[in-house]
Amino acid sequence: MSDNRPVNLDIGTISFPLPAIASITHRISGVILFVGVGVLLWMLDASLASQASFDELMSTLQSPLAKLVIWGIVAALIYHSIAGIKHLIMDMGVGETLEGGQLGAKLTVGISTVLIILAGLWIW
Amino acid sequence: MVTSVTSLGRSGLYDWLLQRVSAVVLLAWFVCIGGTILGAPELTFVYWKSVFSGTAMRIFTLLALVSLFAHAWVGMWSVVTDYLTERMMGPRAVVLRLTVQVVCVIVLFSYVVWGVQILWGN
Repeated sequence: MSDNRPVNLDIGTISFPLPAIASITHRISGVILFVGVGVLLWMLDASLASQASFDELMSTLQSPLAKLVIWGIVAALIYHSIAGIKHLIMDMGVGETLEGGQLGAKLTVGISTVLIILAGLWIW
Repeated sequence: MVTSVTSLGRSGLYDWLLQRVSAVVLLAWFVCIGGTILGAPELTFVYWKSVFSGTAMRIFTLLALVSLFAHAWVGMWSVVTDYLTERMMGPRAVVLRLTVQVVCVIVLFSYVVWGVQILWGN
C-alpha cells in the first residue's frame, strides 16, 4: 500500500510527556528481553546440565561484566513487568483519565526504579 | 491493512487477548522463579536441579516458553510495523520488515525447542 498522505504528527518535534516516555521504555525493555531470554536460557542450560557446569556458571557470574549484563536483563524484566501490570489495571478501566495516566506513569517509573536498585544491591 | 497479514492472531482483538494471557503466565513464572532463587537458604546444584525435575515445573516452564513465543511475536510485530515502515525506512521497508519478522519467529521457535532440550534433555 503506497501512502503519500502528509503526516501531521511529527514526533520528532514533540516533547514527550512522562506517560509517552514510560510507554517507549516499555517497548525498549521488551526488545531487550527478546535478546535477554537467550542469555537466560543459556544460564538455565548451564545450571541444569551438571554439577561442573553449575559451578562454572557460578564463577562466570562473579565477573563485573556478567553482573552488569544480568542486572541489565533483570532491570528490563522489572520495568517491563511493572509497566505491563499498569496496562492490565488500565484494561480494567482504572486510571484512564489524563490524571490517571500521569499518575500511572509516575508509579510505574517510581516502583521500577526502587525494585531495580534493590535488584542491583542483591546482585552486588 | 497490509501489515495485519503477519500478525499472530490475524486480528487486533485476538492479538490483544493473546498478549495479555501470555503476559500473566510469564509474570507468574518469573515471580515463581524469583521466589525460588531468593527463598532458597543456599542455592545449590542439587536443590536447583530438583526444582526443575518435577513434571509440574516442567509443564509450567514449557507453558511460559510457548507464552513467550506468542507474547514476543505480538510485541515485535507491534514494534516493526510501527518503525520499519515506508515512511521511516523508504521503499525497501516491506522487505526489511518481513526479514526481521522471519528472523524473530525463527529465534522464538529456537527458544522453545532449546527450552524443551534443557528441560527433558539434561
